[in-house]
Amino acid sequence: MTSHASTSTSPVRRGAPGWLGRTGYVGLGGAVLIALLFGFVFVKGGYLLTVMQLAMIYGVFCVGLNFFMGYTGQASFGQNAFAAIGGYGSAILCVEYGLPPVLALLVAMAIAGVAAVVVGWPTLRLRGHYLAMATFALGLITYDVSVQWESLTKGYMGYAGIPPLGIGPFEVEDERAKLVCLMVILVFGLWVSGRLRNSRFGRALRAISTSEPGAAALGIRIPYYKLAAFVIAALYASVAGSLFAHVVGFISPEVFGLQMVVVTFTMLYVGGIGTVLGPAIGAIVASLLPEIVRSTGRFQDIAYALLLLGLLVYAPKGLSALSGLGRPRAAEPKPGS
Amino acid sequence: MALLEVRRLTKRFAGLTANNSIDLDVPEGCLFAVIGPNGAGKTTFFNMISGFMPPTDGTIAFAGETITGLRQDRIAAKGLVRTFQLVQLFKGLTVAENVEVGFHLATRGGVAAALARPSWFRRQEADVHARARELLGFVGLAGVADQDAELLPYGQQRLLEVARALAAKPRLLLLDEPAAGLNAHETDALAEVVQELNRKGTTVLLIEHDMALVTRIAHRIAVLDFGCKIAEGTPDEIKRHPDVIAAYLGTEEAAHA
Repeated sequence: MTSHASTSTSPVRRGAPGWLGRTGYVGLGGAVLIALLFGFVFVKGGYLLTVMQLAMIYGVFCVGLNFFMGYTGQASFGQNAFAAIGGYGSAILCVEYGLPPVLALLVAMAIAGVAAVVVGWPTLRLRGHYLAMATFALGLITYDVSVQWESLTKGYMGYAGIPPLGIGPFEVEDERAKLVCLMVILVFGLWVSGRLRNSRFGRALRAISTSEPGAAALGIRIPYYKLAAFVIAALYASVAGSLFAHVVGFISPEVFGLQMVVVTFTMLYVGGIGTVLGPAIGAIVASLLPEIVRSTGRFQDIAYALLLLGLLVYAPKGLSALSGLGRPRAAEPKPGS
Repeated sequence: MALLEVRRLTKRFAGLTANNSIDLDVPEGCLFAVIGPNGAGKTTFFNMISGFMPPTDGTIAFAGETITGLRQDRIAAKGLVRTFQLVQLFKGLTVAENVEVGFHLATRGGVAAALARPSWFRRQEADVHARARELLGFVGLAGVADQDAELLPYGQQRLLEVARALAAKPRLLLLDEPAAGLNAHETDALAEVVQELNRKGTTVLLIEHDMALVTRIAHRIAVLDFGCKIAEGTPDEIKRHPDVIAAYLGTEEAAHA
């Protein structure tokens, strides 16, 4: 019953002529590519497994950030604050209070959600650059707190000895099993994102992103929807923070610092902001690129930057938009004007 | 009792009186027009009624209820829906999706319903999808339903904005200069749609610059000049009204000054 609704709004399938038009083939090609990549990583093992694990964790963060920055079109430079709440929440609850990891993750999520409501309520009245500055400050404050509040966070030293993910007696310690676990969580996150995007809720968010007056005139409560998107992004961020803590076993303030903001922005734009799959694709690609250019030795950073520039120039709407290149509606000039 | 009752509505911006104590009654079922030269205060008047700008003084009552100073979305929820002089389309969305957003007020369900998709929610989504296409058919845009809204030519963008507003099932539809920037053919198409939706029972209050269009379709006209209402009446009365002629063509004194 909803199939027509979801196909007409999915950025990948919309406008595909016939059974599997050009859009479909590019999408299929992408899927095969990703399957081959994961196959290779699983066979090869070693360091690449860690790279992909982190890509999955960043992917979860980006899928959440996409709710606020992509669907709703608002700027947040401070979502790393909620990843810190998730990470430290999980670490402290597990190590100090002996909570099982899954429960710790959920409790930390609840704390991050409440924090997002409390912080978002006044902050989201700001717009554009002002909102960006306020959220930026939020990230900086959280960083400072995690450095200074040593009795809680152990400061610069960082928090070690965090147990791996697991339910009851089962602990996920094998690196390949960890990656599978993270993949499942990311796919679930994507499923939630897609389902929400193509619904009354998602349409309201996307309406706000291009015209707030237009949305308000149709009865959409803008403050409520902005806050909802902000909180959802915070929940994803918190999960990403918890996952990092359990998978790596160690966290420090630097993990959730400014670096995280820069990296996740890159991922969001490389993959395609505002699309369902884009954030995950961006997380994988932006995590692998530095590894691909590793052979250039001391020119690694330069090569990485050049590749990023190339991507932004030739795929300005992100990699996930490439599947739409052959679509007539994008290629045709404005009809009748 | 009129559907919309405006009393002594006033807006001052630091010394400039944009609207000066305006009274207006729009009866149910009417196709009412507010006209006036550039800078007469028409858009300010509209912005206050639709909640986009707080009045300095005066009251607005809709269906017997005071709505002065309410937030935009609350006013829309009461059945008073507006369009904009500068079209406010949702650009990343398709034409059909734009109209689907219009059904926001007529539907329900948030995050939980979107995730669980109970049967009522699936029915509602399918229904919204179908009715959006019906409305697009009504304004003559059925053929471009799956296009990106921003790729539409200007005239069709305006029609889309009207279709989207209709999805919200307004009792009173406010149209802010709907014919601005349209060619003669597009203006005719728009006039036809406005007359048709009014015949189907939607009360319309429209701001317009185009005197010819207004005198052709409006039942009743009010004229604003320098923030004051200078005349009100049927199109024929307005066309002959000396103050209106003066406002539009300039008075003898003004011409010589």
